[in-house]
Amino acid sequence: MRSERGHRAPRALSLAAIAGLLFLHVPLLLIFLYAFTTEEKSYQFPPPGLTLKWFGAAWERQDIWNALWLSVKVASIATAIALVLGTCAAAAVSRARFFGHDYISLLFILPIALPGIITGIALRSAFNIMDFDFSFWTIVLGHATFCIVVVYNNALARFRRTAGSLIEASMDLGADGFQTFRYVVLPNIGSALLAGGMLAFALSFDEVIVTTFTAGQQSTLPIWMLTELIRPRQRPVTNVVAIFVIAVTFIPILFAYYLTRDGEHVAGGGK
Amino acid sequence: MTDTAAGTVHDRHGGLLRRISDTLFRHPHLLLTLLIAPPLLWLGIVYLGSLLALLAQSFFSIDEFSGMVKREFTLSTYAELLNLANVDVILRSLVMAVAVTLAAALIAFPIAYYAARYARGRWKAFFYLAVMLPLWSSYLVRVYAWKLILAKEGIITWLADKLYITWALDAILALPVIGGPSLSISYIGTFLVFLYVWLPYMILPTQAALERVPANLLEASADLGAVPRQTFWTVIFPLALPGLIAGSIFTFSLTLGDYIIPQIVGTSTYFLGQAVYTLQGTAGNIPLAAAFTVVPIVIMGIYLSIAKRMGAFDAL
Repeated sequence: MRSERGHRAPRALSLAAIAGLLFLHVPLLLIFLYAFTTEEKSYQFPPPGLTLKWFGAAWERQDIWNALWLSVKVASIATAIALVLGTCAAAAVSRARFFGHDYISLLFILPIALPGIITGIALRSAFNIMDFDFSFWTIVLGHATFCIVVVYNNALARFRRTAGSLIEASMDLGADGFQTFRYVVLPNIGSALLAGGMLAFALSFDEVIVTTFTAGQQSTLPIWMLTELIRPRQRPVTNVVAIFVIAVTFIPILFAYYLTRDGEHVAGGGK
Repeated sequence: MTDTAAGTVHDRHGGLLRRISDTLFRHPHLLLTLLIAPPLLWLGIVYLGSLLALLAQSFFSIDEFSGMVKREFTLSTYAELLNLANVDVILRSLVMAVAVTLAAALIAFPIAYYAARYARGRWKAFFYLAVMLPLWSSYLVRVYAWKLILAKEGIITWLADKLYITWALDAILALPVIGGPSLSISYIGTFLVFLYVWLPYMILPTQAALERVPANLLEASADLGAVPRQTFWTVIFPLALPGLIAGSIFTFSLTLGDYIIPQIVGTSTYFLGQAVYTLQGTAGNIPLAAAFTVVPIVIMGIYLSIAKRMGAFDAL
């Protein structure tokens, strides 16, 4: 057998890999194309004509702005909660082995390992039992629950690489716990937290399955989009919003990748 | 507390913060408890609490006359779960999940293999991002893209027409069970969208597993006289299997629980997720909905324990 290093890949393998990547990316390009079509009643291909008017139409739609604003608020607060809770959990799990250590990781991963519909319906029935009104805060509660794991994974990977001797050295040199945290721990884990926070934001900004169960009358941007998918009004406007959503989620992901690329994966797993 | 162990450095600051800090340092268990309690309480109460409350409700039943939930223990809801129509829904979802998982493994393997064995430097980053971006980009946007593609007036019909293979498309649509009036109203369509949306989850763990195969193992295999095909099936594939199984956990679980994809692309028959959604919503039958959610939990429990035995968790 040829040694693989320094050799080109077999042609069949390259073709299969390229075909697979095309399968992953061509559908997204079509979204872009359809944002410019003049046809608004059907998904005719090729588009009969190209126009820019849908961008203007989307700009004028107040319902889109409301949904966007709600999504940003929910994602920001859910990310903030997830950052605090996820970092605490990662710090504790990385510091010591204690009773139930292994089960804690499992508990944090569970909200994304089980299908989202289970999380959603469980939360909804719990809110109903406790007579909670569905509101902004019920959405945040649901989102924070599955965002914790993203921050937790990122922070844990970094804590494990941060030498414990640094913290001891800081304490030996007279810093107290808070100073050590501020000047030694935080700079070390900062970029991992930023990456985890951005991924959590992207996850929350895009979440629809749990949100359909925990939202009352409000619609976040994904909920707005789901309604448009089931009962379309101006179809190309949905495409304009889709392009916007792609851009908003791509930027933090790229950024998170560059922050954590040295030897660790951008942890997250499922949605 | 402070003066017992405090040295000279400690006296410089003093104050409440200092004292808290010292207490925490001297009692690492207290610090640990303070760190772990908030996230544990959050997940324990908000998540596990809701989950258990839901599962408990599957042992209640619905009163046939008033439509209200009767809060007393019964197994009748589970008996209802086993009637023919519901078993049908469960089997349909299982078959779909298996089909999607197998197809995803088939498509993911070459990509993962290429990225792990041949891509270097900048290409490696390119491959990684090419898989990560679709994984993290909007789920709904990706489903929507397929609504455009599969529509009767969409690009597939156009392409078939240009390539003079409309007859082939018609033949596929004429197939019993999996065919339909158009791709967007058939099981084939639902299958394609599932496959597309969950594919990255299969690629990443497979690639991770392949990257851990040491190159000298392959050289040893070749030195010992194995032809490439033998090396692949006796060395590479068994070592990649935990990665494929780890990926299949995601594709399987996500297909089993999804209710949006079959609602947007597919026939009007229900999948598991849709059944749960309708039961808790318009039908208001929380006990049966809860019993339905037990099905994927049990299936995933069995699946995860098998996966764990095959070493898939190390590949996650």
